[in-house]
Amino acid sequence: MPPLLEIQDLVVSYGGTQAVRGVSMRVDRDEAVALIGPNGAGKTTTLNTVAGVVRQAGGEIQFGGQNTRGEPPERLVRRGLALVPENRQIFTSLTVEENLRLATFMGRSPDAAADIEVELERFPALRSYLRSPAGSLSGGEQQMLAISRALLCKPELLMLDEPSLGLAPRLVEVVFEALRGLRDVGVTILLVEQNAFQAIDFADRTYVLSAGRIALSGTRDELRADRRIESAYLGGGLDES
Amino acid sequence: MTDVIQNAIDALSLGSLYALLALGVALIFGIMRLLNFAHGQLIVVGGYSLWVLDGLPTPLQILGTVLIVIAFALALELIAFRPLRNADPAVLLVSSFAVAFLMENLALVIFGGRAKGVPLPEWLSDNLVIGSLRVPVLSVVSVIAAAVLLASLAAFLSRTSIGIQMRAAAENFGTARLLGVRANTVIMAAFAISGVLAATASILIIAKGGTVTPGMGTAPVLIAFIAVIIGGLGSLKGAVYGGLLLGILTVVLQVILPLSLRPYRDAFVYGVVLLVLTLRPQGLVVLRSALQRV
Repeated sequence: MPPLLEIQDLVVSYGGTQAVRGVSMRVDRDEAVALIGPNGAGKTTTLNTVAGVVRQAGGEIQFGGQNTRGEPPERLVRRGLALVPENRQIFTSLTVEENLRLATFMGRSPDAAADIEVELERFPALRSYLRSPAGSLSGGEQQMLAISRALLCKPELLMLDEPSLGLAPRLVEVVFEALRGLRDVGVTILLVEQNAFQAIDFADRTYVLSAGRIALSGTRDELRADRRIESAYLGGGLDES
Repeated sequence: MTDVIQNAIDALSLGSLYALLALGVALIFGIMRLLNFAHGQLIVVGGYSLWVLDGLPTPLQILGTVLIVIAFALALELIAFRPLRNADPAVLLVSSFAVAFLMENLALVIFGGRAKGVPLPEWLSDNLVIGSLRVPVLSVVSVIAAAVLLASLAAFLSRTSIGIQMRAAAENFGTARLLGVRANTVIMAAFAISGVLAATASILIIAKGGTVTPGMGTAPVLIAFIAVIIGGLGSLKGAVYGGLLLGILTVVLQVILPLSLRPYRDAFVYGVVLLVLTLRPQGLVVLRSALQRV
């Protein structure tokens, strides 16, 4: 069976500078994969390109065996590719319920009410705010809402961009607990994280991105012992070492 | 006392008209970050539609006018704005100027520069007489039309799936698309609604003035821009408040200014506008999302 997501030699440029310089990676079905690396390594750009938000300058992205080139985000999400964007990006002027319902309008969820109920059981903190503007939620609750909203898109691949960003340690634990729950029931996940060790522990396999290239990759056990992770974060050129 | 009530109804009626104008502009701005100068030309289209359809029974004349204005609003989006979808908002603004001048001059070529009289049913220009109170029917119709449209729009935006998608897109278009919101659907819906608002405003303006000219769209669209900006760019509620404020202020100044100063009424109106903007440069209603972006 081909991988669910396969990225080959991806190149992405912003106004002349290359943010991603030839990234190749894959995510198999039922797998949890992490993409880590220092700030500016190209993690967010890679996810945004897979989701169709940013256009690639070169390389190929195959999702479910089909090329995604030129497909806008609203089409890719209908093919089963959901992204929880950086900084959560919930709709603060919509109610919590409207944020959730929004994801069901494209018709991938056959019973929207039942699916929303599942999400409220996953994150009970959201239930009492259903009729409140989502802007009144705390940062942690907003992250829960953003994850629920993406799950209501019924994704085959759930991509998350730094879901722990700006959260208190206790809430980071709540978010990761939920992600482990999803991983364990076989949701395919691609996670971008700043917190390298938490991400390596969470994922089956991890890619380390440095200056727009994959510097290193391996399974949980391989990377736990690898000292080179630290030098990747210090910005050392791993290619030469 | 009756004077006060009559003036209050006048003020509310002009305020509702301005609110309808501002709302049509604010709706498109919210979703596309485009200040649509061509919104004024939709009012001209409405005026000439009424003139062309003169002779039909009034309900058909009005229905036909609304449909024609919606068609023009959709054509505007398809021809003038969709090809520029990913361009800078400033480019869209220039495109809206260009298409507005093109439409104005086409109207001049087709219908000539002289004002065309549009006879509307006589009962519209009658007065309602309640005791010593004489209220123009048209003022009452304006207020009711605006109230019905505002209430329907509010219900549409909060109850229907397209309405919720439009509000999401207005707050953050990129994230809305990640959740499956189709850009074309919400933008077309916004233009169709702005067409309904423009057609209604057009019918009210024509009913009051009685004539249509190619240049009659410019003053209303400028009023709409000002109302939208004092209300707070991007906020629909703000646009309604801005329109009401501008209309009520105009009538109040008309009444309280001494006779010798009345010719300069608009200078006073815009003096107050400047004052509002100096005190609250962000407008009357500030969006939470706009605050968070800072």
